Amino acid sequence: MTTVQIGDPIPSLTLPPLSRATLALYAGGSGDHVPLHIDAAFAKGAGYPDVFMHGMLGCAYVVRALTAWVSEDAVHDLQVRFVAITYPEEVLTATGVVSETAVDGVPNRCRVDLELRNSAGERKLAGFAILDLPT
Amino acid sequence: MIDRAQIGKTWGPWIVDVEKGRLRLLAKAIGETRPVYVDEAAAHAAGYRSILAPLTFAYCLLADDPGGHGYLGELGIPTERILHGEMQLKRFDSICAGDRIRVTRVLSDVIVKKGGALEFAVFDSDVTNCDGNRPVARIRNLLAVRHAP
Repeated sequence: MTTVQIGDPIPSLTLPPLSRATLALYAGGSGDHVPLHIDAAFAKGAGYPDVFMHGMLGCAYVVRALTAWVSEDAVHDLQVRFVAITYPEEVLTATGVVSETAVDGVPNRCRVDLELRNSAGERKLAGFAILDLPT
Repeated sequence: MIDRAQIGKTWGPWIVDVEKGRLRLLAKAIGETRPVYVDEAAAHAAGYRSILAPLTFAYCLLADDPGGHGYLGELGIPTERILHGEMQLKRFDSICAGDRIRVTRVLSDVIVKKGGALEFAVFDSDVTNCDGNRPVARIRNLLAVRHAP
């Protein structure tokens, strides 16, 4: 069985600078067509300086980091809070750290705390996943 | 303010046929290049029915409500005032291309914050594979609604 200890990090994932093209692709692929993310005039009309990232794209990034470490089939539970807005050109890094082992008394079940921050260290997303390590 | 009498209102179910092209587009959008997410032969070799959907794809199916954002309008929520607050996903099974998925939505609660300047609309969704009626995911979604001060 793969063993982990509290405090073990998972490999981090740093993304390219966020582009408007990525937001357009994500709107199409996800089906989330809310114009705040793809129409700068609409976003400005709503009081924002520019379009901004879909929260769930940030979630997809932390999940990419997580599922590069363990198959998504291992994941039972994923919970995220969207803490701050991300604008184009920001550079994001997804990280994770084992925060609990033997969750629910299951020897191979662990909790991984997940975060997404920009290059200035501003936290964008905080959350966790509960998963079963391969036995 | 969201009318609390709306708590319990439901939308759907709606049915989504999961297409390979959409999964490839989503993989491109999130920068996911691993073969099981884009290549059917690789997915088969890994034991999947077809191209595997990324874990967060179950959430994307909520956007396939044929009414679009109409449910927000029905609750009196203007699109320009929403922000995504939280998302909680219980995962029971994978989704692959070719799956036919059924999705529901219910307004479960309305939480008032900051003296009414901010509200959270709490929605719960069940995501079910029509093949065998197998639960795929249960999703709790909190949308923040910014009200004028």
